[in-house]
Amino acid sequence: MLAVLAAVPVLIAVAVRLTNGTRAGHGPVFLDRITGNGLFVVLTSLVLCTPLFLPLTVGVVSGDTIAGEAGQGTLRYLLAAPAGRARLLLVKFAGTAAFTLAAVAAVVLAGTAIGLLLFPVGPVPLLSGDLVDAWTAEGRILLVGAYVVLSLLGLGAIGLFISTLTDVPVGAMAATVVLAIASQVLDALPQLDWLHPWLFSHWWLGFADLLRQPVEWSSFGSNALLQVGYLAVFGALAYGRFTTKDVLS
Amino acid sequence: MKGGPAAGGTPGTAAIETHGLGKRYGSQAAVDKLDLRVPAGAVFGFLGPNGSGKTTTIRMLLGLANATSGTASVLGQAMPRALDAVLPRVGALVEGPAFYPYLTGRANLHRLDAACPYAPTATRRVRVEEALDRVGLGAAAGKKVKAYSLGMKQRLGLANALLRPRELMVLDEPTNGLDPQGTREVRKLIASLAHDGTTVFVSSHLLAEVEQICTHAAVMRAGRLVAQGTLEELRSAGQAKVTILTPDAGAARTVLARLGLVPGTVEPVNDGAGPAAVTAVLPAAAVPAEDIVEALVGFGVRVRGFSVDKGSLEDRFVELTGEGFDVAR
Ligand SMILES: Nc1ncnc2c1ncn2[C@@H]1O[C@H](COP(=O)(O)OP(=O)(O)OP(=O)(O)O)[C@@H](O)[C@H]1O
Ligand SMILES: [Mg+2]
Repeated sequence: MLAVLAAVPVLIAVAVRLTNGTRAGHGPVFLDRITGNGLFVVLTSLVLCTPLFLPLTVGVVSGDTIAGEAGQGTLRYLLAAPAGRARLLLVKFAGTAAFTLAAVAAVVLAGTAIGLLLFPVGPVPLLSGDLVDAWTAEGRILLVGAYVVLSLLGLGAIGLFISTLTDVPVGAMAATVVLAIASQVLDALPQLDWLHPWLFSHWWLGFADLLRQPVEWSSFGSNALLQVGYLAVFGALAYGRFTTKDVLS
Repeated sequence: MKGGPAAGGTPGTAAIETHGLGKRYGSQAAVDKLDLRVPAGAVFGFLGPNGSGKTTTIRMLLGLANATSGTASVLGQAMPRALDAVLPRVGALVEGPAFYPYLTGRANLHRLDAACPYAPTATRRVRVEEALDRVGLGAAAGKKVKAYSLGMKQRLGLANALLRPRELMVLDEPTNGLDPQGTREVRKLIASLAHDGTTVFVSSHLLAEVEQICTHAAVMRAGRLVAQGTLEELRSAGQAKVTILTPDAGAARTVLARLGLVPGTVEPVNDGAGPAAVTAVLPAAAVPAEDIVEALVGFGVRVRGFSVDKGSLEDRFVELTGEGFDVAR
């Protein structure tokens, strides 16, 4: 999965390089700027991966945590070891978080590498119009990466909870991914305005604010608060469910 | 250790004790009002037909499933409350082995051992190798588990239970899928564990096996306990049986009936070429065996063979759980 994620920026960079004349106004933001500056490869890749690819992989990993062990029968041996139910849950969530970090890192690192390789790199214009040097820009990119990791933690907690509900890992994975997509669809319906700030995907693409001078931290803060909320609620639900559950697989 | 008066009510501590333990799945009582007592140091056979509630009981004892009624204590402590204190002292095999197919046998054991926070890390390598050797998997430990045969997986499951010195071993059908050598090794293993003072609780439906290795047994039927005690007690509760080999089957049945016994069906021996076998249950209060022979000979029955068999565990088992082959529920 990490390899597939790393392939995304490579694909984008190669495609842009080969066609070498993207018309402005088409495709995702930043796409037309890649030829001018390699660092935009990373940003384009993150914009493309955040709605679908990244939630997909996080959904697969988090949905598999408990249900995968249950489906295989290894859960009963882990608990008889005894691994401790709360401890097992904690380790599984830490694993999901570590995977999320690795997934985003794969996109950022591959994007940076291929961008440097195929395109010129120089001072980067920010959204606010200021020009910053390449090192500052790379720092901002890492900040965006951290933002994306943070954005996906809530989804990881949801997947962990769903995973405690079933012995069929594929079911838990599918349910988690479907929720990620449903949340974005709801977020796109203007009729449900009141609901939007509560959707875990609401701030997913809000990292553009980190590309201003000075950095606009408000969306980062709102996002962090929202994700921590989801983490607390679904972490508690997963704990409540898993520590009382009959392990019959 | 055995011998002495085979009186019931074994004194001393219990390794497992349950009171009114019950588990319902929806409307069905998989285990019902179970009062089990496994004395410390015993090799305890937990018998019962398919679906009688053995695995369900074991899951409750190990804290995997919550009981819907009653209490259970393992190694003197209440389960599942004292789970963290009890389970490190218990080795378990529950309803067949389960492993990560893409890891080697050795790596699987390392992972399971690491899952327990109380397992000493320093001795892990040595303990894993010892456990593998003990079940005869030393040579195959480097193979991925997906390439293991059923019996090899079963052995690896046993190795997992043996990773640390245990006070209690709970083994759910440990010889399932093992070859004759493997079965014999498991018997030896259980004997050596018992010799070292480990209590062994082994569920099975292989009666011959239980008869060979166990000191105590309990019999389940449709979720209920129908008998428990030492093997002697269980056997002697069964009824003795007299078997007569004779060509004069009809006359033999007449004599048995006159003596107040109920002759069973006549079973031909050697496809009817030889004498037939006539059997009858011999209640404890019935005529002495020698009188039966005398009466038979006096009636002119040609007796070619005569035996009185104390009930086998199998007879007792069938007596307790019924003849039918179909699963009860
Ligand atoms: N997860 C479950 N949901 C509903 N009923 C169950 C479940 N697990 C077991 N049962 C029922 O509980 C009863 C006891 O099952 P259990 O697995 O304890 O039998 P067992 O004695 O171990 O049988 P076997 O000798 O075949 O292993 C059965 O009637 C079974 O149908
Ligand atoms: Mg069973």
